Amino acid sequence: MFKKLAITAVAALTFGAGAATAAGDSGHKMHDVDFSFEGPFGTFDQNQLQRGLKVYTEVCSACHGLKFVPIRTIGDDGGPHLPEEQVIEYAKNFSVVDKETDEDREAKPSDHFPGSALENAPDLSLMAKARAGFHGPYGTGLSQLFNGIGGPEYIVAILTSYTGEEKEEAGTTYYENTAFPGGWIAMAPPLYGEDVDFDDGHSNELHHESEDVAAFLMWAAEPKMMARKHAGFVGVLFLTVLSVLLYLTNKRIWSKVKGPKKKH
Amino acid sequence: MAGIPHDHYEPKSGPEKWLHSRLPIVGLLYGTIMIPTPKNLNWMWIWGIILTFCLALQIVTGIVLVMHYTPHVDLAFASVEHIMRDVNGGHFLRYLHGNGASLFFVAVYLHLFRGLYYGSYKAPREITWVIGMIIYLCMMGTAFMGYVLPWGQMSFWGATVITGLFGAIPFIGEPIQTWLLGGPAVDNATLNRFFSLHYLLPFVIAALVAVHIWAFHTTGNNNPTGVEVRRGSKEEVKKDTVPFWPYFVIKDLFALAVILTVFFAIVGFMPNYLGHPDNYIEANPLATPAHIVPEWYFLPFYAILRAFTADVWVVQLVSFVTGGIVDAKFFGVIAMFGAIAVMALAPWLDTSSVRSGRYRPMFKWWFALLAIDFAVLAWVGAMPTDGIYPYISLLGATYWFGYFLVLLPLLGVIEKPLPQPATIEDDFNSHYEKPAE
Repeated sequence: MFKKLAITAVAALTFGAGAATAAGDSGHKMHDVDFSFEGPFGTFDQNQLQRGLKVYTEVCSACHGLKFVPIRTIGDDGGPHLPEEQVIEYAKNFSVVDKETDEDREAKPSDHFPGSALENAPDLSLMAKARAGFHGPYGTGLSQLFNGIGGPEYIVAILTSYTGEEKEEAGTTYYENTAFPGGWIAMAPPLYGEDVDFDDGHSNELHHESEDVAAFLMWAAEPKMMARKHAGFVGVLFLTVLSVLLYLTNKRIWSKVKGPKKKH
Repeated sequence: MAGIPHDHYEPKSGPEKWLHSRLPIVGLLYGTIMIPTPKNLNWMWIWGIILTFCLALQIVTGIVLVMHYTPHVDLAFASVEHIMRDVNGGHFLRYLHGNGASLFFVAVYLHLFRGLYYGSYKAPREITWVIGMIIYLCMMGTAFMGYVLPWGQMSFWGATVITGLFGAIPFIGEPIQTWLLGGPAVDNATLNRFFSLHYLLPFVIAALVAVHIWAFHTTGNNNPTGVEVRRGSKEEVKKDTVPFWPYFVIKDLFALAVILTVFFAIVGFMPNYLGHPDNYIEANPLATPAHIVPEWYFLPFYAILRAFTADVWVVQLVSFVTGGIVDAKFFGVIAMFGAIAVMALAPWLDTSSVRSGRYRPMFKWWFALLAIDFAVLAWVGAMPTDGIYPYISLLGATYWFGYFLVLLPLLGVIEKPLPQPATIEDDFNSHYEKPAE
């Protein structure tokens, strides 16, 4: 019966993988990136998140938004963790429409990031999760336990897979991008390398910038990831101890009713 | 409770007698928790407790989530993000609730297949079985409506596809669909009524669970031998059974702790494993996702729904006979609900006098094939509808119906069962040494 049980459990888990794989395939090879936040004990790299935030602010935010992310959370422990005065300073980069007066004003930390400035530029708040396991071998199936969900890898691939080809269709310019489903994307190459100067002196080559902004977007999509893993770990630890105690209790109680198993 | 003779609660002190003569609630609880339970139950009898726990988990986490959720098309998606980001522990609660649904269905399928193998559905437990099937239907409804609430792309398009099934019913289909949706398409009215029903149904399920337990406490539990507990005297009963408390409560709690360890690992380390990435994109009626796939627990029946396409001869025959009233789409809907209906009818379709599959040499193999069939249907349900996949679903669906409608009635007639133990005690003693005193 246990064998049957195990088979069913495995089957149940594989369905999820099947569903995710069926969700999309472009045939493009994605490359796994060894992000610091992957695996059961992975944590966000605060410096990387700060660099990614800078890429987002100076490049992405020109067109894209992060409407579900409150600005104050960039000061959160486990996130980019900017000091409070820098968060207040940072908020002033954006202007928002005040809900009460309906007038434009400088953003405060309690406001959310603005939405997308360009109508056909998708909001990036959840992009790392919405593209999870979509277009490549990473993040599908059980490997996501160790390799992450694959969304950040997709973002890195999109940013680094421009071929330089362009075409015009019905007044819109499309750029060839081998990572994008269909191969042609309306977004012009946003990063070329050396677009942003990092305060920590980290390399600003294209793939570094891409990885940093992908890590930042993973944080933006799942800001409570570290708290979640911690709670999960404590839960697993506690339940393991409880299981052992209950196993021993059960054995003791049944010893009066049930002897050892007969050998056939 | 009626059935197996056992010791009843005797109020001793004055206040106990006072309460007992007015409301025998302590006696009811005592009778429920001390019920004589066959002592040979194996590990497949743990799922009842797991399921009860799941229901409690879903209700408790759900009630807290509702405190922060807004059922409105413009606000629902953002309110879920608010739960994920701003509510204390909200992210964990939501992942517990979402993955809790999956645990619920893993447990219910194992519970159900346990019943199918050991013949738990047979007389005198038909009522328990049928109520179980109603609970299962309610669970499917609740889970489906719950998945609509975050108002992501899969929520919206899943709701569109599934409510569209009702539109396939001839003549009255469209009005029914409109009535279900509260309008011509999935919109705010749909979200609101689904929210209301998603909150209501779990309490209906809780009441049905009480009746389910009441029913099998009246007949007594089935057990792996399928042989009934002897009821001649309390002494006989004691040889076949042990009280539910503490023997099975502790055993089931141990199983629950082990399962929850795995569950917490999934919630903590890969909570989106069983979900669809598309549901992190806000619902957009103007953009259809490339593949609309239901949650994993619906896949076997989704595969049956899609198996009967217009080029299958049965469908063509039925369509011809009914003058086109039953088309392929409606046939698929009938097949999907029929697949559940034949399960509910198992007590009357199975002609074998032997209850447990353990003593049915032929049945065993056909049952194993049914379990494999279920897994194959689940797999093919997530696949696209071209190439070889439609043939696999058709084959799988045919076996599903064949098992219940042909094999179960037939096997009882042609099969020669193995000898069964005379009593539960005999079976128990043949497996275990006498305990050391």
